[in-house]
This record gives sequence, structure tokens and C-alpha cells, in this order.
Amino acid sequence: MIRHYSARDFDWVLLGITMAITVLGLLEIYSATRNTPWREAYVRQIVWIGLGLILLWVFSAVDYNILIRHALAFYAIAVALLLVIMFFGQVIGGARRWLPLPGGTTLQVSEFVKVVLVLLMARFFSDLHPERVSVKNLLKIAGLFAVPMFLVARQPDLSTALSFSPILFMGVFVAGLRWKYVLVLVLAGALLVPLAWQYLQPYQKERLITFMDPERDPRGSGYQPIQSKIAVGAGGIWGSGFSRGSQTQLRFLPVPHTDFIFSAYAEETGFVGVTLVLALYLAMLMKIAGNAQTSADSAGMYICMGVGALVLFHLLVNVGMVIGRMPVTGLPLPLMSYGGSNLLATFMLLGLVNNVRLRRFTN
Amino acid sequence: MNVYSNSRKTAGRPQVAVFQFVAATVCLWLLSGFWQLQVQSPDIYAARAERNRIKSLPLLAPRGKIMDRDGRILVDNRPTFKVLLSRAAMREEILPLIAEGLHIPYEQLLAQLRRLRTSNTPEYQAVILKENLAPGDIAFVESHRAEFPELELIRSQKRLYPADGSASHVVGYVGEISDTELEQLEFALYEPGAEVGKAGIEREYNDVLSGSDGRRVVVVDGLGREREVRGNVEAKPGRSIRLTIDLDLQVVSELAMEGKTGAVVALDPRNGDILALVSRPNYLPNKFVGGISVDDWRELVNDPRKPLLNRPIQAQLAPGSIFKPIVALAANRASAVEKDFSVVCTGGATFYGRYFRCHKPDGHGRVTLHEALVQSCDVYFYALGNRLGIDPIAETAMLAGLGEPTGIDLPHEEDGSVPSKQWKLRFFREKWYAGETISVAIGQGALTTTPLQIASAIGGLAMGGEWRQPHLVPHDEMQLIRDGYQPPAPRRAELDPAAVRKIVRGLWGVVNEAGTGVRARIPGYDVCGKTGTAQVVSRQYALDHADEQSSKDNAWFVGFAPCEAPEIVVVALHEHGEHGPIAAPIVRDVIKAYFDKQQRTRWTQRKNTSASDQRASNFSTPPPTVWRDGP
Repeated sequence: MIRHYSARDFDWVLLGITMAITVLGLLEIYSATRNTPWREAYVRQIVWIGLGLILLWVFSAVDYNILIRHALAFYAIAVALLLVIMFFGQVIGGARRWLPLPGGTTLQVSEFVKVVLVLLMARFFSDLHPERVSVKNLLKIAGLFAVPMFLVARQPDLSTALSFSPILFMGVFVAGLRWKYVLVLVLAGALLVPLAWQYLQPYQKERLITFMDPERDPRGSGYQPIQSKIAVGAGGIWGSGFSRGSQTQLRFLPVPHTDFIFSAYAEETGFVGVTLVLALYLAMLMKIAGNAQTSADSAGMYICMGVGALVLFHLLVNVGMVIGRMPVTGLPLPLMSYGGSNLLATFMLLGLVNNVRLRRFTN
Repeated sequence: MNVYSNSRKTAGRPQVAVFQFVAATVCLWLLSGFWQLQVQSPDIYAARAERNRIKSLPLLAPRGKIMDRDGRILVDNRPTFKVLLSRAAMREEILPLIAEGLHIPYEQLLAQLRRLRTSNTPEYQAVILKENLAPGDIAFVESHRAEFPELELIRSQKRLYPADGSASHVVGYVGEISDTELEQLEFALYEPGAEVGKAGIEREYNDVLSGSDGRRVVVVDGLGREREVRGNVEAKPGRSIRLTIDLDLQVVSELAMEGKTGAVVALDPRNGDILALVSRPNYLPNKFVGGISVDDWRELVNDPRKPLLNRPIQAQLAPGSIFKPIVALAANRASAVEKDFSVVCTGGATFYGRYFRCHKPDGHGRVTLHEALVQSCDVYFYALGNRLGIDPIAETAMLAGLGEPTGIDLPHEEDGSVPSKQWKLRFFREKWYAGETISVAIGQGALTTTPLQIASAIGGLAMGGEWRQPHLVPHDEMQLIRDGYQPPAPRRAELDPAAVRKIVRGLWGVVNEAGTGVRARIPGYDVCGKTGTAQVVSRQYALDHADEQSSKDNAWFVGFAPCEAPEIVVVALHEHGEHGPIAAPIVRDVIKAYFDKQQRTRWTQRKNTSASDQRASNFSTPPPTVWRDGP
């Protein structure tokens, strides 16, 4: 049920922030890849941004209640796609996570699973009466999350699988949970850590160890965090200037346009540029939270809070990694990192936030 | 309407506020991290980024050449390749592959890198992995440029010494700078791995020969590829040095010493120029270039014949009878005996209760100084020494330069020892016994000298009391090398010309009057000389171990020519040669080569200057004046 909404209701500020971050990311992609085999990356990124804007409009226009109504169907499709990928997916860099599309491009299905899980979470929690989470319900929603998480972790892509959990966590948090349960959950988590260690890939263990002490293996697994910190520090207050960072331009930084784009950006724009972008992200998060508060119903609020949790989690993990305060993971920085799937998924999520805002006056 | 949402207004939910608070906290926490890196300590990271990208490669300066007095090359350079490993962008996992490709033991490579890590060498400084690359090694590096950007081929100049080790103890050799040398002021500007002179001229004039290395500073990327050249300091080649050595005489001396152990020194007593300097056995300096192998080094060090010993300046041995001219001079200076002092030799004499033998068991009969020198009569000099006492002998020996380094421009010269009353008191805290003087009078006992000291001492005596410091770099060359260089003043002594003349006549007789040195005779030339047979062990021990080479006497000969106005003085030491006369032909060969060359030069000069001159082509050098004024 598509109704006409006035352009005034559209969240132009959120879009503006989104575009500001996206364009800064685009410029840094151009700068960081100028002298590398990926020098065409920024062109592709522009195409993705264009597609993303269309998706943002689509996900704003279709009433989120309709989307939520079909959340289980979307969920089924997502799990089916993950299963398909498990057997027929394209292997890049040793992991089977990409769905080949006609035209030579690939999609990382797990990124779009985030959108589905946000809708599923919103549906599940807004359905609850009374809005208190019982153990049974908690196990139910956790089970629903566990299936895609398991499939993605098997790809293997542990960090993306873990990046689903903030959605669930946010749902439980907003719905409200008895302290008793929180305590049980924390204890269970603590017990699971040593168990999970057994199942980590050797390179993942290595990363966690070097996170504690990167200088232990400066040429191996410690190389990325060390070079990233050097790049950030060398930028100083004002930065080395656009496309003039030696760490970035001379390729001491690994993957300066994807996972470590914020290192490259920090080197070339300095503390000033970093402050600007972090302020933009904070403004975006505040805006998302604001939309959650003005939502017409709890489903809308859950959607906004789910999106906010995702963005904050990625920001924390990616930027934390850049300054050596988080272990090295493959999580991209939303809107800035080069990569179509994450960009499209993020635009879809932000479209949903807008969707909620557009319909805040219903009822 | 909304089936899946309740109608409750959601505004004001505390959880949203908590989320906003958490989001702000996270952003501030992240920003504080950037503050720490970018505002508080950016210099550290800027420096590390700089170290990442700036690579400094040495441009090695070729060492100066070493030439003989006529400009003939003794030590040259040849182009070689070495491979450098830049550690700044090194991946550990390539090390086994590189070790295999370059045929370096892997453990040795790891040990080398560990050593550098513990020293304070900056990481951007490339290290030399292997020198003197074989063609196969060069091909390996060339064909794996893409896989191993850490490796870099460097073309450099390597030392090339005469293949047979000719003049090895003069020129010395080069080697990698040692840790102790690195701490010395002289090598303050050198870095680990640098090649410096280790012995001989290479060591003594290292600062002149080595020049200064250049440096190429380049910007590299994370893959180790060169992006731009930042600075280029050209290498300044080392200065070449011309020596006083005459290659012709050097070669003749070496041929004469073939298969023997000992030394030859040829010296021009008029100016101190060393014309030839030989030590046998020798070593091959080429083996030291680029690092001597452990086996080769062990062989050199464990060789009982001590090839590394530079005998002309380091062998401190009893001179034996070649010391007698000095004793004769001492007797004159102290006016110890009357002019026609003579002694009856019966094959030995008893002094202070001990019987001292003459080398001729039948005895020489009545001998004066002239006969005593010609026949090398020991009894005469026993008596002379007894009359003199030790101190006048020591005084004259030291006047002639014995007992102290000559000051030759070679490292590690020894001083020998000249015993005296004071000397014994100082080193043994004992009184001198008059009986000890008897041995010293024939060049035995506690007296030790180096061959070079003997050459200088006898040369100065022959010059009538003028001793010039021996040297290997000529004065005119020194003036070019060192600012404000002044040739050292000769040491002069007022000697009685008649006494000098008398001694020189005796030495002429040694060679020309059926004396002990007849084998040094060169028909047509005045050659003077003196034999020496020096005991190395006690007479009893020698009798008991007569078959052992090491207990045989050392053979010495010192000769100079022309007798009246000497141009060349030559000392030959043939260790365990048994009889002094054995060393005489060595000296004769060198002196003959000297005069032959002089003749040849005169002849070619004359031919060149006036080819049209009929009379000039009639080769008519006046025959050399031969001293016929015998006793």
C-alpha cells in the first residue's frame, strides 16, 4: 500500500549525511587506488552508489509493514540462497561467499541477510504480547538467527556471521530482558569463549594473538595493524594531503580501499578529517535513534534500532581495528569501504530508516 | 490497520537514549585513539613511515691501486657482483628459498640476520648476503626479481692481488671490518660489513686507498620496488699509491727464496727506499677478498711455518756474525783496543771459566780485524767484546737503530732487543754477567734483531754514519698523500772515516778475498757483505737433534754495493739454512738484478735520446771502478 508522501517528510538530513560519508569514501577510494591494479574501483563504486540510491528510494517507498509481513518469506529465501552458495558459490580468496551474477559481478549474499534479519527481528519483537521476552521466545529467535549465522560462518566468514548478532542483541535489549536472563546469557557467553577458540581457524587465532601484541610478528599477521597505525599516526593533525600519504600511495597499507580505507583516509586528511567523519557517523546514529523514537509503532522502532546497532557495530570494529584497538577482521566500514554488496545493503537499511520516518504520523 | 504493531507510542523509551549514549561513547573512544596517534605522537609514526619508504643503498668506492716505483700495478681491482637483502620489507618465509637459490647455508643466513638485529644497524640498511657471485647466482637473482623484491644486485670492485701471492707481506690484504675496529676512532665513519685494509700497505694507508663510499637514497613501495631516487652521492674512488718497491727486484728476491723459509730486504741506504721486501712462506691475499673461508684461515694460522708472520719486520732473531761489523765499530768508538789489535785463534778460548768455540775448530791463527771479518773469526770478537764490555756494544747497536722499530710504514713492526746492563736490570732484575758479553759480541745471546733492522743498520754504517728511516711510500708520493709531509731527518753520527773504511774493506774481503761470502761475488762489481750463522738452540741440543730441521742454524747474509758509495743494501735470512754462506747467493742475485737493471735503463735511455749519434750507439759505459785497495 503505497501512499503519497510529501518530500518534506523525507529525511533529507540523513540522506545528506549518508551522501557526505559516501562521497568522502569515494574520494579516498580514488586516491588510494590511483597507482594500483584496482584504479578503476572508484568508477564501479559510483555505479554501486547510483544503484544504492535507487534501492534507498525503493526501501523508503514500500511500507515497512508490508515488508515485515513477508519477513519470514524473505528469511526463507535468504537461507535458501546461502545454501545454494554453500554448494555453488564462487570461491574468492579461499571463501565461498559470492553469488555470481550475469555480467561478471558477484554479490555477497551475507550482506543482504542483514537486511532480512533486521526485518525478522522487528517482526518478532513487535509481535510479542506482553512485550517481555520469555526464555522460550528468546530461544526461538536465537534459533532463527543461528541458521544463517552458522551458514555464513561455514563459508568461512566468521566476522560477518558475528556482525548479525548486534541485531538480535538490540532487539532483546529494546524489548527488555530480566536481569536474571542477562546474567545467564553473559555467563554462557563467557563459557563459550574457550570452546569457540577450539573451532577458530588458525589464521583467526593468529589475528587475535597479534591483536594483543602486534610487534610479535611484524612481517606476518602483525603487519596490517602495525602499518595501519603508522599510516594513521603519520597523518598527524592536518594529514598528508589528498593522494599524498606515503603509507597509502606506496602500498604499505594493505587493501587501502576496502577494509583499511579509514587508515588511508586518516593518513591523508589527518585528525581533522577523522573528526569530521566520526562526527558524521555520530550524527547519522543520532538521526537513526531519533527516527526510532518518533516511529509510529514499535516495529518501526525495532527496524531503526536494528540498523543503528549494525552501523555502530561496524564502525566500532572497523575503525577500532584501524587504530589497533580491535583485532583484524574483514568487516568493511559502511558507506566508505569499496564493495557493492555492503554498500547496497547499507543503502537498503538506511532506506528502511527513512521508511519508518516517512510513516511516523500514521494512526 | 497495522497488524504487526501495537498502537503504543514508543517515544521516550529509555533504551533508545542508552543507545545514543553508547554511540556517542564509542565515537569518542575511537576519536581518542586517533588523538593519541595523530596529535600526541605523530612524529614517531611519521618517522616510521619514512623508514618504511626510504631505502639507502651503498655505492661502493673502488679502492686505489697499489703500484711499484715504476708505476707497474701490484694490486688492482676487478668488477664483481654482490647481492643485498633489504630487511625493511623482508618476509621471513622467503629466507629458506633465498638460501637455497644462492647456496648459502640457511643457519648461517639466520645467524647473520640475528647478529644485525642485536647490533644497532638501522633496518633500512641493506645487508650483504653474498659476494663474488657466480654466474649462476646472478642468474638466480635476475630471474626472481618479481618474487624476491628484497634482493638487489650490486656491482662493485673487488681487490685483485698477484695470483702467486707476490709481495703479499708488503701489500697485505683487505677484509670485513671487525667489531673492535668499528669502535676505533680511525674507523668511525665505517659501517658493519665495510671492507678495510687488514695488513700491510692496505692497512697502513687504508684511509688513502679506501676513498669514500657514495649512497643512493631511493623511495620504495610496500612491495619493495623503487619508485624514485631521492639522493645520489657519488662514490669517491680511493687514491692509488706508488711504492718504493721495484717489481723486478721483488720478483728476483722471491725467486731466490723459492721453497725456503725466511726473509729478504733490499734497501736504498741513500734515502731509505725499500726496493724489495720478501717473507717466506707467504699467503695468497686473494683468499681474503670477500671473507676468507674458515678452513683457509685455520690452515694459515695452524701452519707451523707461520705464513702470516711478516718476517722482515716481525722475525726477532739472533743475527749471528752479521752483527760483527757493529761490534768492530763499537770498539773504534770506545777506543777500547789499539789500532793493530790482533788475536791468536786456536779454535776457541776460555772466558770466565767457560770455553767458547770458534766456528773453525782448527783455529784461524793470528788474526787482525780485517781477517777476523773476512774469515768471521769468533775468537777475535770474543776478545774484542771482552775488552769492550756490554754497554759500549749496546750503545753502538742502538745508534745503528737496533733494538727499536725502524718506523717503516707497515703495521705491527717488532723492535728486537739489544741487551745492556740497564736492560737486564729492567727486564730480569738481575746483574749483567761479563760472560754474557762474549756471546753478544758474535751476535748471539740475548741479542735479537729483525732483518729490516740489520739492513738499515749496515746500510747506515756503509754510508759512513747516516741512517735513513726505511719506508715503502716514496717521499714525493707522501707529499701528495699527506698535507705538510716532511721526510724524517736522517740520524747522523760522527764516525771515524778511517774506521768505517777499515770495516768496509773487511766486508769487501768477505766477498772478494776467499772469505765466507765468496758466493755473493759479482765479477765487475764491488760487493761487500757479511755472513751470519745464528744458533737457534743450544749446541748440545743441536747435536742431539741434528736431524730436526727446526734445530738447524739460521743462515744470514747482508750485502751492499758499491762498497764506497752504496746504492743498495740487501739482507737475506734463510731460516734453518744451517750455514751463513747459503744465504749469500740470494743477496748476490738481488744486487746483480739491481745493476743489470741500471745498465739496461742507461742503455735504453742513451738509445732513445740520440739515436743518430754514432758514438752513442757504441755502448761504452766506463767499467765500474773495482776496489783494488785490499789489505
